[in-house]
Amino acid sequence: MKPLHNPPEPSILKKVDRRSFLKISGLSATGIIIGMQIGCSPSKKKDSGIPFSPNVYLTVNSDGTVTIVAHRSEMGTGIRTGLPLIVADELEADWSKVKVVQAIGDEARYGNQNTDGSFSVRMFFEPMRKAGATARMMLEQAAANEWGVPVGECKAKNSEVAHEGSGKKLGFGELTEAASKLEMPAEDKITLKKKSEWKFIGKSTPIVDIEDIISGKGGFGLDKKVAGMKYATVLRCPVAGGKVKTFNADKAMQVAGVQKVFEMPFTAFPGGINAPLGGLLVVADNTWAAIKGRDALEVEWDFGPNAKYSTADYFEDMLGKVKNKGQVHREEGSVETSFKNAAKTIDSTYLIPHLSHAPMEPPCAVAHFKDGKCEVWAPTQNPQGANDALAEALKIDKANVTVNVTLLGGGFGRKSKPDFIVEAALASQMSGFPVKIIWTREDDIQHDFFHACSVQRIKVALDNNKKVTGWEHHSVFPPIGGTFSPDATGPSFDELQLGMVDMPFDIPNISCQSHEAKAMTRIGWLRSVSNIQHAFAIGSMVDEIAVARQMDPVENLLDLIGSDREIPFDKLMEGFGNYGEPVEKFPMKTARLKNVVKLAAEKSGWGKELPKGHGMGICAHRSFLTYVACVVHVAVDDAGKLTIPEVHFAVDCGIVVNQNSVKNQFEGGGTFASSLALKGGIAFKDGQTVAKNFDQFEVARMQDTAKEIFVHLVESDEKPTGVGEPPVPPFAPALANAVFAATGKRSKELPIKMS
Amino acid sequence: MAVFNLSVNGKKQQVDVDPATPMLWVLRDHLNLVGTKFGCGIAQCGACTIHLDGTAIRSCQMPVSAVADKAITTIEGLSEEGDHPVQKAWLEHDVPQCGYCQAGQIMTASALLASNPNPSDDEIEAAMNGNICRCGTYLRIKAAVKTAAANA
Ligand code: FES
Ligand code: FES
Repeated sequence: MKPLHNPPEPSILKKVDRRSFLKISGLSATGIIIGMQIGCSPSKKKDSGIPFSPNVYLTVNSDGTVTIVAHRSEMGTGIRTGLPLIVADELEADWSKVKVVQAIGDEARYGNQNTDGSFSVRMFFEPMRKAGATARMMLEQAAANEWGVPVGECKAKNSEVAHEGSGKKLGFGELTEAASKLEMPAEDKITLKKKSEWKFIGKSTPIVDIEDIISGKGGFGLDKKVAGMKYATVLRCPVAGGKVKTFNADKAMQVAGVQKVFEMPFTAFPGGINAPLGGLLVVADNTWAAIKGRDALEVEWDFGPNAKYSTADYFEDMLGKVKNKGQVHREEGSVETSFKNAAKTIDSTYLIPHLSHAPMEPPCAVAHFKDGKCEVWAPTQNPQGANDALAEALKIDKANVTVNVTLLGGGFGRKSKPDFIVEAALASQMSGFPVKIIWTREDDIQHDFFHACSVQRIKVALDNNKKVTGWEHHSVFPPIGGTFSPDATGPSFDELQLGMVDMPFDIPNISCQSHEAKAMTRIGWLRSVSNIQHAFAIGSMVDEIAVARQMDPVENLLDLIGSDREIPFDKLMEGFGNYGEPVEKFPMKTARLKNVVKLAAEKSGWGKELPKGHGMGICAHRSFLTYVACVVHVAVDDAGKLTIPEVHFAVDCGIVVNQNSVKNQFEGGGTFASSLALKGGIAFKDGQTVAKNFDQFEVARMQDTAKEIFVHLVESDEKPTGVGEPPVPPFAPALANAVFAATGKRSKELPIKMS
Repeated sequence: MAVFNLSVNGKKQQVDVDPATPMLWVLRDHLNLVGTKFGCGIAQCGACTIHLDGTAIRSCQMPVSAVADKAITTIEGLSEEGDHPVQKAWLEHDVPQCGYCQAGQIMTASALLASNPNPSDDEIEAAMNGNICRCGTYLRIKAAVKTAAANA
């Protein structure tokens, strides 16, 4: 979820021989093997002589099957389906014969393949197409050679190559041997299919794991078992940074099935994302014994430096800070002058709580440490990160660590942190058994890497003609960097680029400022990260401006976005990251933003007569390079009970790979966002979370979610961009604006309270 | 520790466990039936839903000692080939995202339809409200329940 700052290198394709493929992937293959170097890390300097080190492979095998060997983790976004679809299309392969094989994470050469930041499809789209087309051309050439005919007469279709004149046909499997001996076409000779010829891209295809899922076949991290495995829980200090003072395990050891109790190594706060929190480890014969044994532990804690953390006090402090001048990150014109000359000003402050990821599968991992080597099975978004963390914690060479990626029962950013995997490995090392670590929901919610709580203040100046002349935005929240270093004392520029300084409105005087706040618990990336608080504040303020200008909210929004133009954020600010992409390649185009606003308005029937107690609200927000507008329609009854009859998302994410997955992400994202908009936040008292399970940390259920969510996709030829995170930011502000339209009451605090 | 004779998915099973052990962990740890999921342990999320004599219950709150000779059905035993009308409807509507909650959702939905073959929207919502899906697949679940009702 963090923006990347090294723009991905252009892809490089090369043929790979079987021996090197085996060495790198641990897999044997026959037939065509094409290596792709995709992404950011390995070849920073193109001419530095670093050898070609592919991190993704396409193989066309002699049995006719096609495999993509890659390091992407599946956590519900459908990527294990999306990538094969792209390849199958260009390769003209039978869809059922293309599979993604999860490569093990055992080599530094894979580079950063962390599955986050909604960038899988964006980074992989071009290379995957080129690789598929390359293999197709080689297969066609092999067939042409075999028949002694011009290659132009040979066409691949559905895993066969056919000769036009004679009707002769050869299956891919029969051609791979000969094809693998051919030279690859040069990259500029690769002919990609035309959009009109696409068979799968842009259509809907079910995810590949669906049949296993509905029949209850194992495959998630929590389902993994290995021979001789024990089950373990950890009693961690409820305050981040606290540690065991004294403990007595006598009663725990009497619980039937408990094998051993150990004290885990402690890491002082802030300890980063790799190191576990420490505490007491209970190793037992089964999960229930591990849980009961842990309940029976007697422990006295030293609560450490965060023992007094209280979000009530922390919000007071942040509310004070945003009244002052902060550190300026974007400045145009003079906001001071605009306020001096203003005919009217609006000044609003918004509060957004901590949030917990709470994926339905809590963190868990199986580890087996033996003879100086460690193998783990874990639902991780980041196998390389886990590999590094394990090698460091176990003090063994990275080559002696193997990370197997299971299916993920949800991630939302939580499972990019390897702390729980390290716990399992330490548990195995200490106990001598293969161990499965289980986090209960109480563990998960208490010891999360939380979404930051935040205060946002926006001041707006309007002149005599009701034109907006000044925009002063203050943002304060504990930074993610505070999880790594005590020197991180306020929002980083990275975090402010997520929806704050990339504000797209045409306003002459702008100042974006941040204020200091120190993390007093572990802060992490949660689905769309600081876009959540920034979009809530900005989207709400835009609606307040509409009221002040006595304008229709959609008209007002379009007017604020202004003329069609590309906004040169990189010229307006030093070090603008643009989600890891060059601004010239993925510019902020106001026309695309206005287009989704208009589409959402049109499809939702914006402006139509609504019954009493109903209202509609809108918000538009670009994040992860995807443009989204959201219209929420609410109904509030006389008792103040809120329901959501309809939600409309209009989405421009460039070329759509799998419609079904994109729609699923938006339907799900809208629901995920209704949790943070309407249900639970995480409060701290005495350094501890008040909520510990779903009874107190409430999330959206079927009755809370919208009755209908419509997803309108913009037909586009632009490069594809991500869809995992962009649904989340605009939902809560659109909802708050709808509640205002329905009731005249504006909620400036999440979750929105209806009484 | 005590020995319990259970009937799980039509098969007799014997386990020797702490009588307080929730059925969830008996299924997962002792009987190797890992389709039933853990999500909260306090009957709040529905991930652990199984059928006890055809009624949907939260197995995280059901000690093995309370099961007696009642018939247990888990997702693995719902149908031979994954072709129960509810499962087929799940396929048709392409419901799952991460998939973790779906066994529980399917077990709740199938029990609902067994007792109420034609539920209204409100009845579906009320019955399914105890099953959390953090990925947010509720709308497809609702549509799939209706399809299953129509096809049953
Ligand atoms: S695990 Fe049983 S209801 Fe959540
Ligand atoms: S599909 Fe992921 S929790 Fe329901």
